[in-house]
Amino acid sequence: MALRQFSAAAAVTVALALATPAYAVTEIQWWHAMTGGNNDVVNKLAEDFNASQTEYKVVPSFKGSYADTMNAGIAAFRAGNAPHIMQVFEVGTATMMSATGAIKPVYQLMKDAGEPFDPKAYLPTITGYYSTSKGDMLSFPFNSSSMVMWINKDELKKAGIAVIPKTWPEVFDAAKKLKAAGHATCGFSNAWATWAHIEQFSAWHNVAIGSKANGLDGFDTELKFNSPLHVKHLQNLIDLQKDKTYDYGGRANAGEARFGSGECAIFLTSSGYYGTAKGTAKFDFTSAPMPYYPDVAGAPQNSIIGGASLWVMGGKKPEEYKGVAKFFAFLSDTDRQVKLHQESGYLPITKAAYEKTKASGFYEKNPALETPLKELTNKEPTENSRGLRFGNMVQMRDVWAEEMEAALAGKKTAKEALDAAVARGNAMLRTFEKTAK
Amino acid sequence: MEKSVVFNNKLLPCLLLVPQLIITFVFFYWPASQAVWQSFLREDAFGLTSEFVGLENYQSLFVQPEYYASMLTTLIFSSLVAVLSLSIALLFATQADKNLKAASVYKTFMIWPYAVAPAVAGVLWFFMFHPSLGTLARPLRWMNFDWNPLLNGNHAMILVVMAAVWKQISYNFLFFLAGLQSIPKSVIEAGAIDGAGPMRRFWTIIFPLLSPTTFFLLVVNIVYVFFDTFGIIDAVTGGGPAGTTTTMVYKVYADGRLGGDLGGSAAQSVVLMVIVIALTAIQFRYVERKVQY
Repeated sequence: MALRQFSAAAAVTVALALATPAYAVTEIQWWHAMTGGNNDVVNKLAEDFNASQTEYKVVPSFKGSYADTMNAGIAAFRAGNAPHIMQVFEVGTATMMSATGAIKPVYQLMKDAGEPFDPKAYLPTITGYYSTSKGDMLSFPFNSSSMVMWINKDELKKAGIAVIPKTWPEVFDAAKKLKAAGHATCGFSNAWATWAHIEQFSAWHNVAIGSKANGLDGFDTELKFNSPLHVKHLQNLIDLQKDKTYDYGGRANAGEARFGSGECAIFLTSSGYYGTAKGTAKFDFTSAPMPYYPDVAGAPQNSIIGGASLWVMGGKKPEEYKGVAKFFAFLSDTDRQVKLHQESGYLPITKAAYEKTKASGFYEKNPALETPLKELTNKEPTENSRGLRFGNMVQMRDVWAEEMEAALAGKKTAKEALDAAVARGNAMLRTFEKTAK
Repeated sequence: MEKSVVFNNKLLPCLLLVPQLIITFVFFYWPASQAVWQSFLREDAFGLTSEFVGLENYQSLFVQPEYYASMLTTLIFSSLVAVLSLSIALLFATQADKNLKAASVYKTFMIWPYAVAPAVAGVLWFFMFHPSLGTLARPLRWMNFDWNPLLNGNHAMILVVMAAVWKQISYNFLFFLAGLQSIPKSVIEAGAIDGAGPMRRFWTIIFPLLSPTTFFLLVVNIVYVFFDTFGIIDAVTGGGPAGTTTTMVYKVYADGRLGGDLGGSAAQSVVLMVIVIALTAIQFRYVERKVQY
C-alpha cells in the first residue's frame, strides 16, 4: 500500500516536472531587512511578480537589521556571491555609491534592458537622495519615510493644549504644560536622535549639515552642523532635559514605545512608525509636521527621507539584469505603489501613486499618512535639503549620538559637543575619502 | 635489567601532534596573521581598493582620546565582571555543595543562563532596566531614584556588568562545583575535628585546594570579558551613553563591522591581542606561583 502511494506520488512529480517549461527559470536573489507585516509585503510582491511571468523568479530572503543586511551583502560580495538586489538603508547610500564596480546603477540597468523608465515619474525628494548630481538614479527607491511629530491628542486635550504646536517654542510650552498635567517623566521625546536634531533639523531649517550640498557633490565634504542655530537648539534640549520636560529616549527606535504607552504625548520619530502606533496606541493620535524656529528665515524648508532603497549588485549575467529591470518596472506600477503605500505606511515613490491616493480621499480618513509627504514636498529642495551623502555614515551617526548624550548628561556644553561631533565626523570623512577614490 | 618507557620512534610523536597543530594554525595563527596584515592596509568596505599604509592605522588610533577612554572602560568593566562573576559563582557553588534537598534542580537552574545567547541576555536586561519600560526600573522610580542608563554612564556600566556577570556565573559555578566535589571530605572532617569553624575551614583548606580551578577560571573569565561581551554591550547600551560602555572589543566591532573601517578595526584587534597575550603571560608567570596543584 505504502509502495503504491509512493509510486503514485512519484508519477505526479514526474508529470509536474514535464509540465513545467523546458527552459530554465532565471533566479533573482533579493536580500532585505523587512520584519513583521512588511516582510509579508515583500514576500507578496515577489509572489505576485513570479506569477505575472514565467521567465524570472524573485527569491526574497530576510537578512536581519538594515546594518546586518548591508554587512551580509558586503561580505557576500567579497566572497564572490552577492545577491542581485540588496536593500540598503539611506545612511549606507554613500558607501554603496562609492563602490563603483560593485554595483550596477539603476538608470544604466533600465537602459540596457530597454525597460520603460522615466526618472521624472518618481517623487524628486526621494530620487534626489539616490541620484548623482547629474540626476542619474543609482538605486531604486523602495521603502521611504520621513520624520514626523506624533501627537497624543487625548493627553494634549487633558493638559489644555487646544492647538497642535507648530514651532519649537510652542512645543517647549506644550511639554511644560504636559509635565504639569502629570507627564512627569516626559514632556516630549524622540527616537533616532541624530536624525531628528541634526539631519532633519538642518534640512527643515535650510542650513547645511556639511559642505558640497551635504556631500552630494563630492566626498571632499566638511561637516558644518555646529552653527549658532544648532548650538541654540541643543542648548534648549540640555536645559529641558534637566527637569525631563525633554527626555532623551536612547538610540535608534528603542524609545518609540514611550509614545504608545502614553508616557510621552509628543514624540518625534519616523513616519514608518504609523503601523506600530495603530496597533498599540489606545488613544486618539495623529502626526504633525516637525517643529521649527520661527525666527529662522524660510523655515520650514522641506524634510529629507529615511528608509531604504534597492541596490543592484555588479558582475551578474545580462539575462539576470533583464529580470531585475522587469521587476523594478513591475514595482513602479501605479496601482501596486498605491497599495504598497496604503498597506505598509511607507511613502508612495511615484507621483502618480501619490496623486491617485490623494484623489481617492484616502488622506482625509488617514491624515497621519500624508504629513511626511507634505513635509517632503513643502518647498523646492535646496542644496541643504536635497538629502545627505556622507561616507562612514553608519559609524558617524554613533559618534554624533555619543556627543549629544555627553551634552544631555551635562558633561559638555552644546558648543563643545557639536564641535567635537563635527571634528570626529570630519576625521571619518577623510578616512572614507581616501578609500572612495 | 632496565625497563625502558621511552619510545624511540621519532615519527609517531610528530604524527600525533599534527592534528592539534593544524587546528591551531587554521583557527588561530592564520586569522591572527591576517589581522596583522590587514592592520597595515587601508581598504574600502567592499575590498575593491586596498593600499598599504604602514603604521598609519595605528597612528590614527593612538591620537584618539576615545581609544584611551575605551581602554579605561575595559579595565573597569573586566575587573568588575571577573571579580563579581567569580566570587558570586563561588558563593553559589559552596551552597550547592552542601546537602540540599533539591540540589539537582538548583544546579540545573544555575547552569541555565549559560545556554542563553549573549545578545538575548542583553536584550533581556535592557528590557528589565529600561528607565520607562523596564519592570525592574519602575520600583527604582517609585523610590525616587533617578535611574537612567540612557544618559547616566555609571548606570549604563552597572547594567552591562550585571548582564555580563549573570551570563558568566553559570560557567564559573560549574567548574567551582566540580572542584569542590573533588576535595576529599576526610580533609575537611579532620579540620572540623581539630576545632576549625566553617569560615576557617573554607579559607585554609577548601580555597587553597580550589586554587587551580580559580586560576583557570580567572584566565578564562578575562578572555571572556575581553572578547565575548560585545554582543551584550551591543544589545544593552550600544556602547553608550556618550561612549561610557564602549570597551575595546566593542570598538573593534563597531568600527569594523558597523563602520566598515577594516584597517582601523584590524589595528585595534592586534592591540587587543597583544594586551591579552601579555595579561595571560603575567597571570601564568606571577599568579600561577600561588596555585597549589
